[in-house]
This record gives sequence, C-alpha cells and structure tokens, in this order.
Amino acid sequence: MTTLFDRLWDAHVVAPLDGGAALIAIDRVLLHERTGAAALNALREAGREVQDPARVFAIMDHIVDTLPGRTDRTLMPGGQAFITETRTAAEAAGIILFDVGHPDQGIMHVVSPELGIVLPGLTLIAPDSHTCTQGALGALAWGIGSSEAEHAMATGTLRLTRPKSMRVTFAGQLAPGVTAKDMMLALIAAHGAGGGAGHVVEFAGAAVTALDMEARMTLCNMATEFSAFAGLIAPDEVTFEWLKGRRYAPEGTGWDAALAQWRTLRSDADAAFDAEIAIDASTIAPMVSWGTSPQASVAVTGAVPADASPAMLDYMALRAGALLIGTPIDAAFIGSCTNARLSDLRRAAALLKGRKVAPGLRAICVPGSSAVRRAAEAEGLDRVFLDAGFEWRESGCSMCFFAGGESFAEGSRVISSTNRNFESRQGLRVKTHIASPETVAASALAGAIADARDWAHG
Amino acid sequence: MAEPFTTLTAIAAPLLRDNVDTDAIIPSREMKSTGKTGLAGGLFAGWRYLDAARLPNPDFVLNQPEFSGARILASGVNFGCGSSREHAVWALAEYGVRCIIAQSFAPIFHGNCIRNGIVPVALDREAIAALAGHEVQVDLPEQTVRCGDARWTFAIEAEAKAMLLEGLDAIDLTLKHRDAIAAFHARDRAQRPWVYLEHPHA
Repeated sequence: MTTLFDRLWDAHVVAPLDGGAALIAIDRVLLHERTGAAALNALREAGREVQDPARVFAIMDHIVDTLPGRTDRTLMPGGQAFITETRTAAEAAGIILFDVGHPDQGIMHVVSPELGIVLPGLTLIAPDSHTCTQGALGALAWGIGSSEAEHAMATGTLRLTRPKSMRVTFAGQLAPGVTAKDMMLALIAAHGAGGGAGHVVEFAGAAVTALDMEARMTLCNMATEFSAFAGLIAPDEVTFEWLKGRRYAPEGTGWDAALAQWRTLRSDADAAFDAEIAIDASTIAPMVSWGTSPQASVAVTGAVPADASPAMLDYMALRAGALLIGTPIDAAFIGSCTNARLSDLRRAAALLKGRKVAPGLRAICVPGSSAVRRAAEAEGLDRVFLDAGFEWRESGCSMCFFAGGESFAEGSRVISSTNRNFESRQGLRVKTHIASPETVAASALAGAIADARDWAHG
Repeated sequence: MAEPFTTLTAIAAPLLRDNVDTDAIIPSREMKSTGKTGLAGGLFAGWRYLDAARLPNPDFVLNQPEFSGARILASGVNFGCGSSREHAVWALAEYGVRCIIAQSFAPIFHGNCIRNGIVPVALDREAIAALAGHEVQVDLPEQTVRCGDARWTFAIEAEAKAMLLEGLDAIDLTLKHRDAIAAFHARDRAQRPWVYLEHPHA
C-alpha cells in the first residue's frame, strides 16, 4: 500500500502541526550566491544561528560568469557583491563553500550528486526550483524560497502540508535517438505545465529504470516544469553503484548499513497514488519547443499546432502549421542543470566531431560542473567543441538565464539544452527552443532546427 | 514578519493568461542587489516597459489608470511557475499586491506568498472571468471572495491561513518545538548515522 514518497515523508516527521501539516526534518540545505547572502544575513540580523552548518553547502553558480579566466568580477551590474557577500556570510556561518576556482565548483544540482551530498532517503532543499533534479537518487528534494531556506537552516526543519502523490509510468523502451529530455517534454506537452501541480511525482516503468544515472537526473530536473512539488525515482543498483565511493557517501560498514536501508526505498506493488499517468515510451519522438512554455513542445519532425496561442506565435515569430525543422537559428547553447553532464557532452560531441557549426552562428558549451569540464577535457571533448566552432566555458548556470550577466542578442532565436523557454529568459525578446543536447548540436551544424537522427555519423 | 491579512476590498487587475512565470514577474536582470528590497520597479519589467528607459507600455494592465497600483491580481492556471526566486513575491508585495486570484499556483511560489503576507486564492475560470477588472472583497477568515452579488468560497490549508491571518514568524513558531527536534535528531542519528556530517570535509 505504501509509496516511496510515504516512506520518505514518514521517516522525516518531527512533529504534527495543527490542521494536518507537519514539521519535517531537513537533511541537507544547499545555497547559491544569488540568495545565499540574503538568507544568511537575514538569519544573523535576527540573532539566529545555522543549526547544523556541516549539513549546509554553498556553491557559486547563479551569478558567477563562465568566461575562461574568470574572477569575482562579472558582466552583471552589481554581480560581484552577490559573490563576495555570499563568501563572507558562508565563512561566518561555518558553511562549506565551493567557491570560484574551487575544483568542486559547478551547478549545484550537478555537483551535489557528484560528491554524494545527496543520498537516497534524504530530504534536501535549496532556493532553486531545479532542486527536484536530485530526486533521481531517491531523495525527497525540492526547491523553496529564501525564507524557507532561512527556516530550514535555523530549525533543521520545514513546516509542510503533505503534498499529494502521482506516479508517471513510462512503459516499454525508448526508440534510438530519444532521450530523458524528450520524455519530459512529451509528458508536459501532453498534460500541461501545471499537470503535476503540487504532487510528488514518482517516475517509474521499464523506460525509466533503463536510464543511466545522469539521464535520470535530466528526467527529474524538469519535474518543476510540470509544476510538481518534487520528482522521484526509486533507488536501485544503478544508483548504488553510481554513488559508491563518492566523497560524502558513507564508507565501509556505514555504507553497508545505509545500503540495507536504501533497498527498502520503493513503492509497494499495490501502492495507491492520488494520480497516475501512463505513457508508452516507444511512441516518444525527439522533441523541441515552439512556444514560451515547456508545454508548447512537439516532435521535432512536427509542426506548430493549428490552435497555437496567438500571443506565443507573435512572440516566437512563428506561424501555426509551420514545420519546426528548417527554422533558422542564430545561436545554440549546451549547458544547465538539465543537460550538461558528461554523457550529454559526449552525445553532442559525437555529432559535432569533424564538423563545423553553420557560418555566423554563436555556439556555446558550458559544462555542468568543473569536474565535468575536467573529465571532458581528459577525453578530448573540449577540442571537438572548439574545432566545431563552439565556445568552451567554465562551469555555471550561464546563459540559461542571464547568470554572469550574459544574454543572447536581442530578439535572436536560440536552440538550447536548458529547461525554460520563457519570454526574455535568455535575453530581451530572445526566442528559445528547448531540446536535447543532440538536437541542439545537430541544429547548430544545420544553422536551423534539425533532427539529430539525420546527422548521426554513418 | 508579514503584515497580518484579514479582509481586503480592491479592484482585481486582470492579467488573464496562463503560466505567468517568475521570470516575467521579475526578470533576472532586475534583481540587482543581494537584499530583498528595491524590486517593485522591476515588477513585470518585460511587459510593463517598452524600452530600457522604462517607457510605460500602455497596453499592460498595471499601466492603465484604473489598475495602476493594484492590490489584487486576477490570472489563469499555474501562476508563479518557473524559478523559485522569492524576489517575485517581494516585488509584488513591494508594489502593493496583497492577494492573487488565479486558477492554480505553482507550489514554490505559493509557499513564498504565505511567507510574505500575500494571499493566494484559487478559483475556477468562470469565477475569475466574472470578477476580473471589478472591485472584489477578499475575506480570509471566512475564505470567501465577493464581487457584486456573486460570492465564492476558496480552500486554503489551515497552516497557511493561520500564518497569513496573524502575520506569524514561522521560525519563532517552529523553535517552540525545539525539544521535539532534538529528540528526532537523537533518534535519527542512531538509525541513519550517514545523514550526519562532521566538519571539515572540503
């Protein structure tokens, strides 16, 4: 009868509160420099202390720039203060900081799993909506605002009304060239950007368990684009194998004890969910967005829907019924907590190898973490990207949203491996099409939206 | 600590679109300082202004005289989706918004509203179409919205309602459970020792 979410919730109830809410224990808090200083300074000004600083980590990713040879300076007006104030506040609070230039710096949702900061069965929060990424390891991980971050640091808990549960089952097998990104865009296109509203969504089914750990993170990353409270995948041997030996993961007999507990973290066969969605994974095609919400997505081989919102068409300068393939683009971006892990870069590089991006096109690759960057360089992927005409950057959130104060040219059309195609997110009036890294790479080569399956090396 | 909310009578400015995201409410480029203030000018900047000199866009609802300075917004489904930035709520509150009536809310935005004294009211599409642009009375103790002769009730979690009604400080409330928190940690540390980390690690 019991769901994985029930098990995670029940294990963290500190005390019941009035009206059905509960005080829930928080095992990990992550901070970044956009709000880290604000949260820590507000606590200090209120005379409050961080209750257990050893379980709080701060990471520079939201403001820091990603240009080679970077310092604390950024192109963002006033940006340097976010970095220096977060550094000062983290030091004063005794919090570990993965600073600019630190070998473990990177996008928090890439770094935390890499270091084993997130573990199965934990509760983990951060003032960032994509914290749900980390549910891929079987943790209850969700985004919060700054006030909630202050609350969690001061008390070790959050006050929560229990979210509802949903299971999304991807049965069957993905077709070649179809990725976790396409699974999420297909789900959101079919059920709406509010389709998972307030639910903890467990992803299950053969197509999910067949995903490697990094693809599972891509899947859970976009649970917030489905308006879910959190995304979750039951941990299994893939998870345990991936985690073993990571810095903050338990070791020796501690590992064995943890493993025994982690193996119980799954939904019972007869578990009852408040909502269920089933999708045949074999029917999913590579997807691309055409509008200004992730729900405005179609198969890359498809067309802008006949009933498309006029406001979106106007913003995107597209016609209803127009084919997506062949739509000229000005820029291509591979990066973000969604799709900038080593496997993402490898798949993009496999298409780019020995080729050049279209003339005049701006192409940028920003590895998800400094560790990903080093690993990619060790196998020569940086050369593949550079030779193809991509910029090869330091790690950070970068041009997913003006991090580092950088944007694409006003009004330009960008294909992007990121998670949000909102108006002006990647620059004033920028028209963003979100897609998988391979679709971005193929489109960069074509100079227009392209089907990566047509560009595979023979 | 937020200002307590009981009732509010004001015109509901119509922002009748779905999936209003927090990048639209406060663009990244408008979050210029590490503090929580100085944000109202950047509220809805992409829609509200025609250019970098902030020439008002006359088509945008908050630039129309009857809706300028609105204290209530009326909108569609999944309001406040996207980035968790609490700046979106800080900007709305600083502008003077105390209530948002929408078909549904994104969960993080909803939580941020409660912590900052903005009442998130979920009503159906027909109700919102009927009240948008008109004077409405929001009654939190009764959980009702009135507009002319029409009256709707809305749901809100007991915890959220109590916080909004009394403008309570959540941290102070929670610290009253200090003993329960310490007992949990003692018990949990024995059961899940790997959860607890010791400095230094970095």
